[in-house]
Amino acid sequence: MKHLTRRTVLAAAPAALAFGGPLLAPLPARAKQYGPGVTDHEIKVGNTGPYSGPASSYGTVNKAEAAYYKMINAQGGVNGRKINFVSYDDAYTPPKTVEMTRKLVEEDHVLFVAGSLGTPTNTAIWRYMNEHKVPQLFVGTGATKWDDPKHHPWTIGWQPNYQSEGRIYAAYVLKNKPDAVIGVLYQDDDFGKDYLKGVLDGLGPKHASMVKVKATYETTDATVDSQVVQMKSAGCNVIINTAIEKFAAQAIRKAAQIEWKPLHVLSGIGNSVAGTLKPAGLENSKGIVSDFFVKDPTDPEWHNDAGYKWWVGFMDKWYPEGDKTDGANVYGPSVAATVIQVLKQCGSTLTRENVIRQAASLHHFTVPMLLPGITINTTPTDFAPIKQVQMARFDGERWQLFGPLLNGAVG
Amino acid sequence: MQLFLQQVLAGLANGAIYAGMALALVMIFLAIDHLNFAQGEMATFSTFIAWQLLAWGCPYWITFVLVVAISFVGGIAIERVLFKPLHNADILANLVAFIALFSILNSADGYIWDYTIKTFPTPFGSKPLFGSVLIDAHEAGMLVVTAVLLGLLYLFFSGTRLGLAMRAAAHNPVSARLVGIRVGWMTALGWGIAAAIGAVSGMLIAPVVFLDPNMMFGVLLYGFAGAVLGGMTSPGGAVLGGFAVGVIENMAGTFVPYVGRDLKLTIALLVIVAVLMVRPAGIFGRTTVSRV
Repeated sequence: MKHLTRRTVLAAAPAALAFGGPLLAPLPARAKQYGPGVTDHEIKVGNTGPYSGPASSYGTVNKAEAAYYKMINAQGGVNGRKINFVSYDDAYTPPKTVEMTRKLVEEDHVLFVAGSLGTPTNTAIWRYMNEHKVPQLFVGTGATKWDDPKHHPWTIGWQPNYQSEGRIYAAYVLKNKPDAVIGVLYQDDDFGKDYLKGVLDGLGPKHASMVKVKATYETTDATVDSQVVQMKSAGCNVIINTAIEKFAAQAIRKAAQIEWKPLHVLSGIGNSVAGTLKPAGLENSKGIVSDFFVKDPTDPEWHNDAGYKWWVGFMDKWYPEGDKTDGANVYGPSVAATVIQVLKQCGSTLTRENVIRQAASLHHFTVPMLLPGITINTTPTDFAPIKQVQMARFDGERWQLFGPLLNGAVG
Repeated sequence: MQLFLQQVLAGLANGAIYAGMALALVMIFLAIDHLNFAQGEMATFSTFIAWQLLAWGCPYWITFVLVVAISFVGGIAIERVLFKPLHNADILANLVAFIALFSILNSADGYIWDYTIKTFPTPFGSKPLFGSVLIDAHEAGMLVVTAVLLGLLYLFFSGTRLGLAMRAAAHNPVSARLVGIRVGWMTALGWGIAAAIGAVSGMLIAPVVFLDPNMMFGVLLYGFAGAVLGGMTSPGGAVLGGFAVGVIENMAGTFVPYVGRDLKLTIALLVIVAVLMVRPAGIFGRTTVSRV
């Protein structure tokens, strides 16, 4: 493939006119520029996901992405080009992610990698992708570090990041509980500390002392009962619970058991009704607040919603074995739809440079399962596509959204 | 004071979890002289079987007995199929087999029952005990069951011919064989008992930590710590060790300022290292001497 640059095309145009355009008719209407993995009929897209191993419950995200591309291909592809989605299992093991991603880049020659899942796994290939200038699009993780166009111009996030969420919780607490004594429960690693930083930044130096207990847990801990007891004893009246589902559920149950009734803010990581609240006890979960950016597929509020109906139709036709109560199956096609939008914007200039350029120029783009009003926006200096969320309160049966859309943009 | 009591009791409740696992580890160690890395996964698998039976409407206590029996047979089967051929093999070969078993059982759990957390019922209820919030009925029940289990094991090993035969087989296989004890079957029996104990502790732990394929991973680490502290050759010591680890861990997490919570496992392990420097066989362990 001969690599045309924009400049040569532009420079050639006046000359063509001067020599009488019609004589040079074979010149295509729009110059095509192809990077690796692109032909007139196909665009190769790479991906890794946890199809096996401890995080394999999230593997359905990648399967749902594949289903979405299958649907696009059946509809004729993007500008006549089918998506060839090459997805490998990395078992959520970073060394394997590196191996599989190198295979994607060096053997399969994909144009870019999109929607690969996991924080440790994406971290492992972060440097490689940026050194080799291969776009690492819409990573399936909420870490804040993906929004760093200055140092990592080839990597871009997708979902609201943990620091944004932390800031939003802080703002909510300041507004609704001015006399708050806060306990934060978080995982003792980058993921947990990301949340904590968001909360502390959101409170600001003046109110940071409101956080009285910073309680960590390890994923190897049996329970977080001791942490909850400690918060109650310290006189906390707010708990910001950013634990993963299992520990989030334990904390909710323990709080109820020791008759501690704080304002309970639950993070987006652990707010699944089926995954956390049901095991914790629906009665125990009453009154908890959390934040959302996609429609909860189990919520009857959406059953007449056009976006929800589209999604059910999509699932029935293209991913019938997928679980329709699992939020991961909402996430997957929404990411894939964003990838397709980028490719549409690329037109026939399907180079790696243009892919990342277009990924960084999404304006008011929306997909069916985002909450009404939430849009995807990026600029060359803003690599955090989704920044808005809406708060919701659990009424004992389902989450009731309330209040306006909130923006927790970091930086 | 209330906080101190609450943390001690929370520590004991966690300790009961570790103690059950430590007990199962010691049972296999006594039989084969190796640590079984798949012990936790065996217990989780048993607990999933119990969950499935309960989901099908089987009453709790029938399920309980059934699962203990199934696990006993399953443990023997694993020994006969997987480890008997390896019993003269290198320790590394055994290690690889343990890790394989770990991986197979863990993936099988996820494949059959998926990875979402599941609630598991408790036979004791979860009401606060004696109207206090310090300890609930299930936690108290766990303490009682662990004590009963330990008592039964003591009676079995010190008061029955089979128990004596098992001890002989583990202690001195050659002599045991000469007096007519079927050493191979004694080993298998050790596996069976360990699997059954694992099943009991799995069913007791699941109501507290929720059931998922990785339920036992962390517990196994603390169980190891407890078993080593108490002595790998002493069932009673292992139980005490488990409780001790639970309490130390909680105390460190709550009362050691700044680093306590982050380093609580480290602190627990430091205590263990300190103990082992003084008593290498663990507090209650017997020193084994091997002829070279």
